[in-house]
Amino acid sequence: MNSAIDHASAPINQKLGPDDKVGLLRQMMRIRRFEQASLKQYQQGKMGGFLHLYIGQESVAVGTISLQGENDHIITAYRDHGHALAVGMSMNACMAELYGKVTGCSKGKGGSMHYFAPDRNYWGGHGIVAGQTPLGAGLAYGLKYQGIKGSCLCYLGDGAINQGAYHESLNLAALFDLPVIFVIENNGYSMGTSQKRSSAFKSCLAERADGYNIEWDRVDGEDLYEVRAKTQVAIERAHEESRPTVLEIATYRYYGHSVADANSKKYRSPEEIEHYKTHHDPVNLWKQRLIDEGVLDEATAKSVDKEAKDEASAAVRFAEESAFPEPRAILEDVYYEVDEATEAGRTGKHFFND
Amino acid sequence: MRTITYRQAINEALAEELERDPNVVIMGEEVAEYNGAYKVTEGLLDRFGDKRVVDTPISEAGFIGMGVGASMLGVRPVMELMFWSFAYVAFDQMINNAGCVRYMSGGLIHCPIVVRGPANGGTNVGATHSHTPENFIANTPGLKVVCPATAADAKGLMKSAIRDNDPVYVMENTLLYGEMGEVPDGDHTVPLGVAEVKREGSDVSLIAHGRAVITALKAADVLAGEHGIQAEVVDLRSIRPLDEETVLRSVRKTNRAVLVDENKPFCGVSSQIATTIQEKAFDHLDAPIMRVNSLDAPAIYSPPLEEIQLPSPERVIEKVIAVCQ
Repeated sequence: MNSAIDHASAPINQKLGPDDKVGLLRQMMRIRRFEQASLKQYQQGKMGGFLHLYIGQESVAVGTISLQGENDHIITAYRDHGHALAVGMSMNACMAELYGKVTGCSKGKGGSMHYFAPDRNYWGGHGIVAGQTPLGAGLAYGLKYQGIKGSCLCYLGDGAINQGAYHESLNLAALFDLPVIFVIENNGYSMGTSQKRSSAFKSCLAERADGYNIEWDRVDGEDLYEVRAKTQVAIERAHEESRPTVLEIATYRYYGHSVADANSKKYRSPEEIEHYKTHHDPVNLWKQRLIDEGVLDEATAKSVDKEAKDEASAAVRFAEESAFPEPRAILEDVYYEVDEATEAGRTGKHFFND
Repeated sequence: MRTITYRQAINEALAEELERDPNVVIMGEEVAEYNGAYKVTEGLLDRFGDKRVVDTPISEAGFIGMGVGASMLGVRPVMELMFWSFAYVAFDQMINNAGCVRYMSGGLIHCPIVVRGPANGGTNVGATHSHTPENFIANTPGLKVVCPATAADAKGLMKSAIRDNDPVYVMENTLLYGEMGEVPDGDHTVPLGVAEVKREGSDVSLIAHGRAVITALKAADVLAGEHGIQAEVVDLRSIRPLDEETVLRSVRKTNRAVLVDENKPFCGVSSQIATTIQEKAFDHLDAPIMRVNSLDAPAIYSPPLEEIQLPSPERVIEKVIAVCQ
């Protein structure tokens, strides 16, 4: 925690009632329990592909997305389960997607890295490092074009900041005065390569924004009050000035880059991981803070956690019991015009299987 | 019916769609104040203002991706690539994002974006500026790609592309921008996925797209005048979706096919057309399917050699005579 400034007293945090505060804890616990359940099922061979766990970083998605208004949009990379649950997607649809089931949020067509919920302003879930950053700028561009006061929170990892697409997005965001907030979730590792071995920087990664005349700030991700207070400043800048912001939020992931990351315990020491879990775990810290404030007791915390765990277990059952998509689904959702059976969709051959 | 240039036809299509739909926005390098590197967007800034016609920095991955993101919200960006060759620095945005987001979201999202610009060799600008990636794009389910050869088709296909709710990539040709052609009056549209027989014939089908259609038509004139061979010229116009029926109907009539395009031969568009013909009209063939493509090397600079590298009427005639013997 940053002791110099008491972020709890920020106006946006003063607005939080006891139920809101417990609600934030509930969201973080739900994400953690969902991911623990998914890890267990992954290890039992129930799902394919990759599983990029968010465990350890929950305060970032929950803190920032707790500020989401009607016209604030969200887009992120492949470590996307936390953001999905934070915007209100159901555990059932998210778990079923991991199983590749038809009841999944993308009907089993996207998998772990590709969750979407446009009805909740959630635009994915993108697999290519930094590939989502121009899209984030574009969502902000679209809002501005349509004359809507809103913003786009565009998340990326610390490993994404060296991609050209990110720099091009920063330039466009500043040049066109776009209401976009690039949130660098800095968990210290670009897959297996530490920040020091992957990125050249002076004081921090967000500082690169200076070169584009973009406001930036560093955030201690383990303090939910700080995450909210500083994100709110960025959102207000987007709403009121239509200007971008870069936020670098310090955080940590407990597991590997993905579950398939065979070296996850080699490029960092077990002591480092344990130290974070013991002293910096965002869920525990928030829980303790609420207990200290007198808005939570251990028994309530336990019951919130149990509810989250039960919800995750139910999601596993839901996914298990759901059907796989029919084979014909392979050729659906490719072209809008074909799916909607419009004249354009019926004209000419769109698929070349026979 | 008026006679205007291919360039003017596209300009009209853009202006009419800007007029029709407030969500249409033109973006690209030098499209506004400079009036377009090839003057395709000339006058649009003056007429529609800087909200609708937007200059971007030289930043293809950034601005194309930005257009894809805006299209997910219902904006209908028409992005100009000064050369389609520059798409290669934006491929992640064009393929992974525009091409796959609908599928990966289980149909929750669609991207009504158009990316347009010239994709051709023949202007002595070397390999990096002479690519013809219609085959790359056609290889990505989720994307559509069209290659107009005439002014009328350039206008009609452009208008259909802008109204389409899927990503449509329009490949024009700098060597055609100044070519005159008749364009129907009024709201002239050409549907995607409909080929056109540009010349009727009975002895051989020349199946082409883009500027190769003009090459095939020139060859057909010579074949008729000097060799007594009546060649039918089929212009695909749209690569994906593809009008297989018009191709097959022509081949079933002429029993011979020579495929002409400026793609490279390996996995080029002609490879797909050849497969389609042998699968569906094999019994109608009296000769092997032959192809005339760009010679299989990066585009050469040396002006007289580049002319040799691209399909010419002479190379088409040679192949036709071989299959008609």
